[in-house]
Amino acid sequence: MGSRPIGRALHVLGLLFVLGFAVFPFYWMVSSSLKEQTDLLASPPIWWFRPTLANYQDIFADQRVTTAVLNSMIVSTATTILAVLLGTPAAYALARFEFRAKRDLWFWFISNRMISPIVLALPVYLLARELGMLNTHLVLILIYLTFTLPIVVWICTDQFRSIPSDLEQSARLEGANQFDVFWRIYLPLGAPGVAVSAIFAFIFSWNELLYALVLITSQGLKTAPVVATNFMSGYELPWGKIMATGTVIVLPVTIFALIVSRHMVRGLTMGATK
Amino acid sequence: MTSAATRSPGKDTAAEGGLRAGRPATVKRRHHPGYGRWTPFWFLAPAVFALLAIGIYPMLFAVVTSFRRYNITRRADMLDGYPFVGFANYIRVLTDQTFWDSLLLTGRFYLTVVPLEIVFGIGIALMLHRPGLGMLRAITRVSLVVPLATTYAVVGLIGRLIFNRDFGVANQMLGWLGIASSDWLGNPIGAFLGIAVMDIWQWTPFVGLIFLAGLSMVPVEIEEAARLETKSHWALLRYVQLPYLLPGLTAVLILRSADILKLFDMVFVMTRGGPGSATDLVSVYVQRVGFKVFDLGLASAQAILLLVLTILLSRLYIRVFYREID
Repeated sequence: MGSRPIGRALHVLGLLFVLGFAVFPFYWMVSSSLKEQTDLLASPPIWWFRPTLANYQDIFADQRVTTAVLNSMIVSTATTILAVLLGTPAAYALARFEFRAKRDLWFWFISNRMISPIVLALPVYLLARELGMLNTHLVLILIYLTFTLPIVVWICTDQFRSIPSDLEQSARLEGANQFDVFWRIYLPLGAPGVAVSAIFAFIFSWNELLYALVLITSQGLKTAPVVATNFMSGYELPWGKIMATGTVIVLPVTIFALIVSRHMVRGLTMGATK
Repeated sequence: MTSAATRSPGKDTAAEGGLRAGRPATVKRRHHPGYGRWTPFWFLAPAVFALLAIGIYPMLFAVVTSFRRYNITRRADMLDGYPFVGFANYIRVLTDQTFWDSLLLTGRFYLTVVPLEIVFGIGIALMLHRPGLGMLRAITRVSLVVPLATTYAVVGLIGRLIFNRDFGVANQMLGWLGIASSDWLGNPIGAFLGIAVMDIWQWTPFVGLIFLAGLSMVPVEIEEAARLETKSHWALLRYVQLPYLLPGLTAVLILRSADILKLFDMVFVMTRGGPGSATDLVSVYVQRVGFKVFDLGLASAQAILLLVLTILLSRLYIRVFYREID
């Protein structure tokens, strides 16, 4: 049995390597955000340095960044709420009713997972231009429904299916109508699934760049990923500020993602794997 | 409404239990007595109409636009009322070498990153599945969520810092291995490898977690019996675990192809498709035609062709994965 300790050691090393690989770029971003410009531009890069919060003071004093984070909050929260409002009743219908074309409808929701944003970005740009909706948060909130609504419908359908239907039966015997059943039984009992789907909707909207880039050009309305990207022009890049902004953008969604980490695969595959 | 009273209507319970146990198709409707034909419609209508208005309508608009001369920066086009030009835009796309090059490059990118993500992913899944080291395994598993949650645009920003010629940590690490430093994002091959590395970083955890889900489907008794039979990890993988990995593999192949067709944010931030056209993946190219050149007729035709490709992919995906769902 001489191979056991060796196997165990390899297992430890392998796991440590994976752990390091997974968190390194994140670590490097955070540590760079704590460096002064001279430390950042050191060649070769230095790993031990005196950390400073100066970059964070800079970006929080910079109205562009604070406004952009606020904009992202507004857009992501609004689209998430809208997706939950529209998506949960649909999920209830898909989970509990039999009707014609149910399968097709279901597949249609799912196949939105595959649509490339560039396909929609062009016509939405033209339509928004004609309707005078370019440079509004509303157009982003609505277009984000194309990916937030399917994820809410998918996860909530799955969740609602697991609620025992005799609860519904007995409520109906007591005279509850269909909407009461949805509102008083399915939403409260399905709350964990609804919350998970809302978190996914928020993460996906928060991270979105392409639509935000092409549909919004006025500085005061831009979302956080766009503003972070805008730092990448000019002669000497303010790397400290860029990485601090990156950290501010990534940190909240990372925390959200850790909360739903058990469901991560299901959310990203739309349930191909359980 | 007390839950105890609603939960046990007494005499009904046995009959219902019997129904649920058997669940024959013919009595399925009796689960929901008394809902009208239109009831599901009212629950579905808001979501369906929202998706029709924001998803399908713009797509139809794109189809119409793809048959027009529609460059919003050319006054002549506007004065002509963006005239219909038949299939001219499609002919331009199909004869446009740059478009084909960008599709080809996207294919090459897929063939570069996906096999590596699959190999690393299986390795990660096996390590996370192997018994022992509970704490370290749990931490590692959770850490895989970090790349998946990172804003794609920020991945591009990090990539630009890591692969910087002068103060990038990639060159430093390669230096430790005795490899000379180079200007990654300044040369075609380096830039291609740079975006490939960032993609592998972000998506290998996804692939690994899919395979881990597959491994956990192997019945415990079978796996333990096999472990008693053989000490060879390879035999265990090949004859016991592999069949359970195959559905995940198909999911990875299809979803990654859809996602790489979509891939824009990270590449746009990291290289803008350059240097030259070295990282000009198809989404980046179409975005440039649409929003830098503003030739929206041509860009719409390109987008429609992409859409057709995407629809084929999603039909394939649905056919493979959702057959049994009713």
